[in-house]
Amino acid sequence: MSGDDRTARVYWLLLAAPVFLLAFLYLYPLSKVLWLSVTVPTPGFGNFAKLYTSDAIRHIVWTTARLSAITTFISLLLGYGIAYAVLHVRQRHAELLLFFVLLSFWLSVLIRAFAWLTLLQNRGLVNTLLLDWGLIDAPLTLVRNEFGVVLGMVHYMIPFAVLPLYANMKGIDPRLVPAARGLGATPGEAFFKVYLPMSVPGLVSAGILVFVFSLGFYVTPALLGGGKTIMIAEYIAVQITDTLNWGLGTMLATSLLLTVFGLLAVMSFFVDLRKVFGVK
Amino acid sequence: MPAAVRLERVAKRYGDHLAVDDLSLEIEAGRFVTLLGPSGSGKTTLLMMMAGFVQPTSGAIYAGDRDITRVPPEHREFGMVFQGYALFPNMTVAENIGFALRIRKMERDAVAREVNRMLDTVRLTSLGARLPRELSGGQQQRVALARALIFNPKVLLLDEPLSALDKKLRAGLQEELRDLHQRLGTTFIFVTHDQDEALSMSDEIVIINRGHIVQRGSPKELYDRPASHFVADFLGRSNFVDGTIAAIEDDAIVCSIGPHRFRQAAARGTPIGGVGDKVVLGLRPEKLALSGTEPADTSNRLRGEVIKATYEGADYHVRLATDIGSMQVVVPVWRSAIEPAAGAHVWLSWTSDASVILRDDR
Repeated sequence: MSGDDRTARVYWLLLAAPVFLLAFLYLYPLSKVLWLSVTVPTPGFGNFAKLYTSDAIRHIVWTTARLSAITTFISLLLGYGIAYAVLHVRQRHAELLLFFVLLSFWLSVLIRAFAWLTLLQNRGLVNTLLLDWGLIDAPLTLVRNEFGVVLGMVHYMIPFAVLPLYANMKGIDPRLVPAARGLGATPGEAFFKVYLPMSVPGLVSAGILVFVFSLGFYVTPALLGGGKTIMIAEYIAVQITDTLNWGLGTMLATSLLLTVFGLLAVMSFFVDLRKVFGVK
Repeated sequence: MPAAVRLERVAKRYGDHLAVDDLSLEIEAGRFVTLLGPSGSGKTTLLMMMAGFVQPTSGAIYAGDRDITRVPPEHREFGMVFQGYALFPNMTVAENIGFALRIRKMERDAVAREVNRMLDTVRLTSLGARLPRELSGGQQQRVALARALIFNPKVLLLDEPLSALDKKLRAGLQEELRDLHQRLGTTFIFVTHDQDEALSMSDEIVIINRGHIVQRGSPKELYDRPASHFVADFLGRSNFVDGTIAAIEDDAIVCSIGPHRFRQAAARGTPIGGVGDKVVLGLRPEKLALSGTEPADTSNRLRGEVIKATYEGADYHVRLATDIGSMQVVVPVWRSAIEPAAGAHVWLSWTSDASVILRDDR
């Protein structure tokens, strides 16, 4: 037996544990979900028909898509600014900026949602200050509505927008903008004609990432939506844990999964997905 | 006629570091002027200040009669070729070249016409539809030139444009640049740290070190009559010997070095004080001669022992040990009276106009 074969066997052995875990703890339950969606309560596509027939479900799907799109747009806008700043300020400041971007990865999403809740509720810090300063007469509804959900989601998603954008912008030759200006372009023209087109791949990568995460986001919308603004992940959880409507829950989960795959398939025509997810 | 570019007492400070120190320079219109200096000498900062990408800490910059010190780069109307070209990777060659005209809102047909003319000028006629990355380094270089020249700038600034190319390609492009300069009559201001490039291309070389102009002049002037140790050392190779001025005669200066007295023809602008002053004598290796017997007709001679002789095809490169130190000599093989070999005792000689007395700025 040659040395190469032995090395290969060691690799397979190392892979065995994760493969086993994935198969039994992930793929098996997942296939079960897919299976339940077409068998409970009766075999067939009755559950999927509700996507068209049930107003409640259509409303939730629409809310989810809309809020995810808004979140993606705002996250890209802010993330673009941050990534651009990181690359254009002094080294020391850049490191500090990146540190703050990554810092939010260390804070539990639960803690952040509760923090927003505390800040934004009717008797929270923001409303109290605004009332004290006499800027408003009655508390603003900042949470338990779409505003609160989008705010919390954007806060969570910004690092996911910044990192792909940063990686992309780092690859843009810093002399391109000076070159454009030397040829007569104003700073604005240089940005829109040269820099922005060069950063489109980064925008697409970051956009896919944030949108896909937003579609299935559970904790933040559930807490900041306060049962009034409901997105699909929360609705699925309710079907499965509260109303025990497994057929409907798994149908929505399956639809979500297929939607994400569908989106990725469409995007793969425009960008190399292996690059988006950092495999290449 | 006013100078194409004039710098008036320009300085640039980065924190504690003075990149350019109170420097004044006039560049005549239509010339090919090279700013030559080691890395960190301030030459690139100087060019970037002319282009408008770096603001001088003090001083003023003029283009013709116009004060452009505070004018942003897009309004200076200078062409610029960047190190590494900085071509727009997402645009075709034709789009790259036409960029300046599109920004100036020129009509589409007119842009296309001008781009084709420019493509012909830089001999890339059929490559307009390609992307920059599909071109060779030399072709990319020509695209960068065409892009910078299409709007007929009066001045073209070039920041080490050839440094990314291999040696053979570089020689070809040097010739093309010279040629382009002659055809267009544009003022070329060229930054490089490559002395060969500077010597072979320029009408005039400005040598820069530590933010100052050390010396300026035609390539020949600078090579034959360097004013200081730095210039002689930076442009080409030299042997340097420390000595003292022993006598100043009508047509010659006599230097005493160790037990020897060497005569140097008195030349214009030689930086000497009087008898007894310490000086550095610069001797170009290729201006020295070797012989087996004592030469009769030159006044400057001394004995040496060959330490190492390398045959390099056209030349012998010989290292000699002498009583005034180690000396490097380059002799053309076809003209050499002897075949130098290690251990041989030879005579080293040079004519009185071969050496040069240098200001010691080490």
